[in-house]
Amino acid sequence: MVEEEGFQRYLAHVILWIGIAIVAFPVYLALVASTQDNAVIANGQMSLLPGGHFLQTYYQTLFVGTSGSTREPVLHMMLNSLIMALLIAVGKIAISIISAYAIVYFRFPFRMAIFWIIFITLMLPVEVRIYPTYKIVADLHLLDSYAGLSLPLIASATATLLFRQFFMTVPDELLEASRIDGAGPFRFFWDTLLPLSRTNMAALFVILFILGWNQYLWPLLITTRDDMQTIQVGIRKMITTTDALTEWPIVMATALLAMLPPVFVVVVMQKLFVRGLVETEK
Amino acid sequence: MQKQAIFQSKLLPYALVAPQLAIVLIFFYWPAVQAVIQSFLLQDAFGLSTSFVWFENYLDLFKEPAYFAAIVRTFVFSFAIAVSSLSFALLLAVMADKPLRGSTLYRTLLIWPYAVAPPVVGVLWVFMLHPSLGVLSRYLRAMGIDWNPLLDGDQAAALIILAAAWKQISYNFLFFLAGLQSIPKSVIEAAAIDGARPMRRFWTVIFPLLSPTIFFLLVINIVYAFFDTFGIIDTMTRGGPGKATETLVYKVYTDGLLGGNLGSSAAQSVILMVIVVMLTAIQFRFVERKVTY
Repeated sequence: MVEEEGFQRYLAHVILWIGIAIVAFPVYLALVASTQDNAVIANGQMSLLPGGHFLQTYYQTLFVGTSGSTREPVLHMMLNSLIMALLIAVGKIAISIISAYAIVYFRFPFRMAIFWIIFITLMLPVEVRIYPTYKIVADLHLLDSYAGLSLPLIASATATLLFRQFFMTVPDELLEASRIDGAGPFRFFWDTLLPLSRTNMAALFVILFILGWNQYLWPLLITTRDDMQTIQVGIRKMITTTDALTEWPIVMATALLAMLPPVFVVVVMQKLFVRGLVETEK
Repeated sequence: MQKQAIFQSKLLPYALVAPQLAIVLIFFYWPAVQAVIQSFLLQDAFGLSTSFVWFENYLDLFKEPAYFAAIVRTFVFSFAIAVSSLSFALLLAVMADKPLRGSTLYRTLLIWPYAVAPPVVGVLWVFMLHPSLGVLSRYLRAMGIDWNPLLDGDQAAALIILAAAWKQISYNFLFFLAGLQSIPKSVIEAAAIDGARPMRRFWTVIFPLLSPTIFFLLVINIVYAFFDTFGIIDTMTRGGPGKATETLVYKVYTDGLLGGNLGSSAAQSVILMVIVVMLTAIQFRFVERKVTY
């Protein structure tokens, strides 16, 4: 064991706490601002300690919305974000696991061609093909719909690759054994492969949920109706009005509400999160 | 690599790949092909007629000083974000790797910003450093800095870089920590027995062993700075003041939004695709033997 002198250790603690403070400060500020009066904040007189408007601000944010033109309760925006994130995460896992199953456990013409067609999608994020994709979604009459929000974001190969990699490590004996038991492809998938993939699916779900919840550019383009706004789009619209009219306590409360679900997932399911993060980057 | 034990079926495998294939073809290949085709076409102002113009859209782009400036700006942003975020994260990871009391708590308290969406990051930072009401702006002004990112392009750029680097600290921290923990303790002990002090141990032993992680993270951070900063820029500066914070992705967005030149917007998309493919290729070529966890 390398001996760490007392001073070294002390220094490490100090540096880590400074790091944590830097990382947490913007969020602390948002929390404090969300409990204060807008007039005080707009004057640049904001206090660094919490004020007394907590309940009032959060009630208005969640159930009423800003007083401006885009008057949409944030709770409804959160519901839209939740539906989109769940559709993306579940949809991606569902279509990926069955296509990985086909690619690993069957031999069929064009198998490798199909694998490569899927693999290449890994390279291009939605940002580089936004307008053509927008046009297709518009032609399919999917603007302002949950399908339009989620389908284009499901089209990517990460999950397929991950499941393929995992299926390759599953011992052949398992399939032999279940075949002796008379199991066909469906039974084997359902009774053997799916239970084995549970941890992988959970880790992937955590990452995909966060990525889905945090989508911004795509929902910004394809939603025009206020009642289809996701929270990320909604918060941007809150600060577009002339600065003097921005209701900062509500904006900050919305910012905190927008980060609550994904941060909660990261903190509570830390093991799965780290695993998913490391695996999806491979 | 292939499985030996497989199922026999003619139609089932096609049925299983069909959903993914359909989505990929409709929402990925079709738009990508459209972008490439569109980039060779020129549409008149009323959208009534289009003509095939070969590489004219591309040539026009490279003749446009604003586009060239956006390329340079994007790369400067990327490196500034990557370097500042990586160095800060590495410092924290080296500290957290020591056998400290409460190290799991430290990790938890440092990784959560990964989950904060870019537009929210933008909102938080714009509020903190707002010229008239930002809490930190008061101190900057007290220090004699004429702080106004709404008017000063360099200050706006610094603001974007800081905010974007802040968000990426947690990601880099996690991967650095994993990289550090995979370095055998015996190697470090050997260096310690040879009398190397902690600083020396870091630069001569740990840093070189960490270089695959550093390189991998560098590529990831550049890709992040290219694409994921869109939300930060859009909530903080909208590419302004002037075009001081307009990156390549942001330019594709605004040029397309104004709806003026579809061909040019498509050509920009295609150039971005080429850049991403190159970055991915670099990553696959040089980082094959990734970090071991």
